[in-house]
Amino acid sequence: MSLVLNKSMEHPATSSRAATPPPAAAWTLPGIGLLKGLAVTATNMIQSYYRKDRMTTVQYPEERATISPNFRNFPFLAYDGADAMAGLRCTACLICENECPPKCIYIVLDRDENGKSLKRPKVFDIDVSVCMNCGICAEVCPFDSIYMDGEYELSTTDRFEGLLFNKQRLARSTDYHAQLRPLEAAEVAARRKADEDKKLAAQAAKEAKAKADKAAKEQAAAQESELS
Amino acid sequence: MTPDLPAIFTRLRAELPAATLAHLRNPGPSGQDSLLVAPACLVAVCQFLHDSADLDFDLLSNVTGVDWPDPALTDAVALPAEGSAAAVGGFLEVVYHLYSTSRRVGPLVLRARSVDRAEQVHIPSVVAVYRSAEYQEREIFDLFGVKFTGHPDLRRILMWDEFLDHPMRKDYLAPDDYQYEPTPHDAVLEKAKQHYTATSES
Amino acid sequence: MPELDEDQLLHVSLGPQHPSTHGVFRMNVLLDGETVVSLKPVFGYLHRNHEKIAEGITYLSSMPFTDRLDYICPLTNNWAYAQAVEKLAGIEVPERAEYIRVITAELTRLINHSAFVGFFLGDMGAWGSALMYAFREREKILDLFEDLTGARMMSNYMRFGGCRNDLPDGWAAKASVLVNEFPRFLDELENLVTGNEILIARTQNIGALPKEALINGGITGPMLRAAGVAYDIRKVEPYGIYDRFKFRIPLGTTGDCYDRLMIRLLELRESLAILRQALDQLPEGAYIHPKAKIRNFKPPVGEAYARIESPKGELGFYLISDGSAKPFRYRIRPPSFINLTLLEDMCLGLDLADVVLILGSIDIVLGEVDR
Repeated sequence: MSLVLNKSMEHPATSSRAATPPPAAAWTLPGIGLLKGLAVTATNMIQSYYRKDRMTTVQYPEERATISPNFRNFPFLAYDGADAMAGLRCTACLICENECPPKCIYIVLDRDENGKSLKRPKVFDIDVSVCMNCGICAEVCPFDSIYMDGEYELSTTDRFEGLLFNKQRLARSTDYHAQLRPLEAAEVAARRKADEDKKLAAQAAKEAKAKADKAAKEQAAAQESELS
Repeated sequence: MTPDLPAIFTRLRAELPAATLAHLRNPGPSGQDSLLVAPACLVAVCQFLHDSADLDFDLLSNVTGVDWPDPALTDAVALPAEGSAAAVGGFLEVVYHLYSTSRRVGPLVLRARSVDRAEQVHIPSVVAVYRSAEYQEREIFDLFGVKFTGHPDLRRILMWDEFLDHPMRKDYLAPDDYQYEPTPHDAVLEKAKQHYTATSES
Repeated sequence: MPELDEDQLLHVSLGPQHPSTHGVFRMNVLLDGETVVSLKPVFGYLHRNHEKIAEGITYLSSMPFTDRLDYICPLTNNWAYAQAVEKLAGIEVPERAEYIRVITAELTRLINHSAFVGFFLGDMGAWGSALMYAFREREKILDLFEDLTGARMMSNYMRFGGCRNDLPDGWAAKASVLVNEFPRFLDELENLVTGNEILIARTQNIGALPKEALINGGITGPMLRAAGVAYDIRKVEPYGIYDRFKFRIPLGTTGDCYDRLMIRLLELRESLAILRQALDQLPEGAYIHPKAKIRNFKPPVGEAYARIESPKGELGFYLISDGSAKPFRYRIRPPSFINLTLLEDMCLGLDLADVVLILGSIDIVLGEVDR
């Protein structure tokens, strides 16, 4: 079987080969250029012995490198108060499960014996071998219940069960959140308090109005009975 | 700068009277309308756009395949002008984005549609006019199944050579021989269980 | 054309596991002695069918996957995708967000071109030295990105209508310090690279093609500019606020590997100029459009194609929406994939050692080639 150099692509616009390749650049004796380069590498080598910014090795695990406070790793579920399972803010709305790009979240809604939703998850599993640390679950959650943790020393000897985090493993208190990401936690707390205050104020206004209405009705009834 | 599509349309009508063309409107806010070109005159249109001195569309930037299983959906996305052929069943479509580097104009969007999604999936290749289509047309053949007539080397590019089926089609069924999935549940768990009874544990 | 019997030719399969192929990339090379007679690239080893996955998840959920396309430049990929969706849905971006986008994109260009110089010298046999110097500078920029986005590489930072979060306190100052110190590294790199006789002998006069052939082959980015074609999307079709900055476009003369290397070094200096101007002019304001939707985002029916000048070339996204929350068609126009079209033409008649250099000078990332 014989082979001929590419005969296709004969169209002048597409034929991109020169007839013969041009000759390579003439070889010149390595001179100043090479010496300048060697000077750069020599300087770097010598400086690596005394310049602090060139000594970047961190003796792990005795020391740990400083990590930015904004570093995001795997998610955690936030709970208010002392009891992790009772205080979980998650209502199992399934928004994070639907938005998760690699579909690593698995939620089962808890229902009572009549089938009515109890607004909390019965099962909340995150498979961290699948999770890609994108943080979209934390971004889309409407109930301030899932946030990104910064823990990275998570190696385990069990590659299947050890990397499937259930809701007990995922639950962290809001104090932990405040310590980990103070700015974000403070903003969330302020917003939740403002919403709570607004709700209470609306409740109080409704009660006051109801009381005022009742008082007005009683007064009207009393006036009527007086007239009659 | 976006090209003046109506002007190009009239120009093409004048220069290539035998060509079947239609101006499709893009209902979205991007304003990128397209020209629907019948496959038979596709190469002639591309050749004209490339060679014409004042249009000079020399850069074929992007060649894309689209699978339209339902023509009613196409009508919603790229509204046909009056007089364009109605589609029979679904079809496969190839979309071209052309730019002119000298005039700084683009993107000019051309579309070519196959007859159906089964046997009549042939569209002429534009590699003789634009070399940049070479690998992109191979990819569309690989992932959609469009057969480009006149392509010098039409074979699979991203999937392996012995692969059957075309993954980007809307009706593609992924094979269910998953490897062990750590968090199987619901349908995934059922599929995994079927495979684990069939194969021996090692 | 000489008729060569295939039995007399040596068939070398370079890759897919190879330190010089920049990823899982394979080339079937037929050699007559040391001269290349035919070269057929084989790829698809990293094909993850990103386009199909994107059809099954929402528009926002595709954003982290765009990080993993050209994984050396995640922020520019994010921007290209965000721009395409904004064109599709007609969303406007506030001014501060545009400035943040330009700053992150130019920092990304810095890390990409530095890494390129490092890897290119590695391909030539200067294994590790220049690469480690480049990576030292890259680490400083990656620390900045970690502070800003939460992750060093997989940033997932751009959103439809702006950015995910605002710049942390002190970030702009740290970036300014970095921009002021970067030219010292560039000077050091140029001392190492530019006059080096071995490098000149190896990279000059290989891999050059005529300009018309390059444009016809769909080549874009530094490869095209090295051949002398003044086509940079930031100047030709300015997106974002690039028309506000004064910067030059370096052009090469022949388009050989030496020109491609020098173009990238010069582009680094121009990126620093843009960064200085952007950090000076950075305004206060919103980092995302106030009406931007994170949940239940459904763009109107239609299609859009948007492209940016990524460090590798023209990165474009073509999206077709059918009105639902998931894209009907999601297509990435990958510069690395299309820049490989003319690889064979560039390598014919040259030695095998030159093939490695030419491949290195195209600057491919397999995440983008295969998607």
